[in-house]
Amino acid sequence: MPALPLDEAGKYVAASYVVFVALILIYVAIIGAKIARIERQISELVEDDE
Amino acid sequence: MYSKGLAPLAAATVVTVTAALSMVFFYAPNDADQGFVQKIFYVHVPMAIVALCGFIAGGVFAIRHLRSGDSSWDLRSYVAIHMSIILGVGVLVTGAIWAKASWGHWWVWDEPVLVSFLVVFLLYCVYYPLRFSIEDPGRQARYSSVFAIAAGAFVPLNFVAVRLAEAYTHPRVLSQTGGSMPGDMRLTFLVSIAGMALLFVTLWKLELTAKHASMQLKRLRNRARVAA
Repeated sequence: MPALPLDEAGKYVAASYVVFVALILIYVAIIGAKIARIERQISELVEDDE
Repeated sequence: MYSKGLAPLAAATVVTVTAALSMVFFYAPNDADQGFVQKIFYVHVPMAIVALCGFIAGGVFAIRHLRSGDSSWDLRSYVAIHMSIILGVGVLVTGAIWAKASWGHWWVWDEPVLVSFLVVFLLYCVYYPLRFSIEDPGRQARYSSVFAIAAGAFVPLNFVAVRLAEAYTHPRVLSQTGGSMPGDMRLTFLVSIAGMALLFVTLWKLELTAKHASMQLKRLRNRARVAA
């Protein structure tokens, strides 16, 4: 196949990099939520202890 | 324990990934054959290489777990495989986008590189049901380690098998002669691999830290319950 013109190729390139960034962001958001939950549970534990 | 050196590692990751992205769009020239669409190569191939290395690392950590009986190695193995599966999803999706742009099809079944990666990915998808179908933590860790070692050994074998296959249509980028990439493209590619590897290690350490903190918290709660 001949090389795609820039306006056509740009959509595919953008889609690929968006997929990569979205994967990383979703992953970091899930880990962030997990860490926030741990922090909350530690606070509850400390309150119970006091 | 696992969070040691995480902050400088994260900073190095941000710098390297930013440098890689800048080089991809402002330094590396457009490919003479594929044009601008070849820029997908700089995210797709490093992700594939790092994912496959992560699978092998999972096998190596599993060997250390079985040799030492230390469950922290099982945790390292599990998180490495988990991270590689996530990158694997990215590889398959970006590969499909690149295939559509280059060949006009989302998937090409007679392309050995694509299909072999899918086989490896599906093999590792079995890891989750295997691991979480076993309740006893000791047995879970041992069985998962055996799987991680067997599957980890399959990854380089699979890579060699693809190299030995005759029908090549996918671009060769890593050969004994260094491939046919010009210097500026090769440098961009190497920086992209470094960025992806650093990103993998940073997220691996981050997840290990979160999982370790969660386990420690569970222990504390159990202790508090017994004391009460």
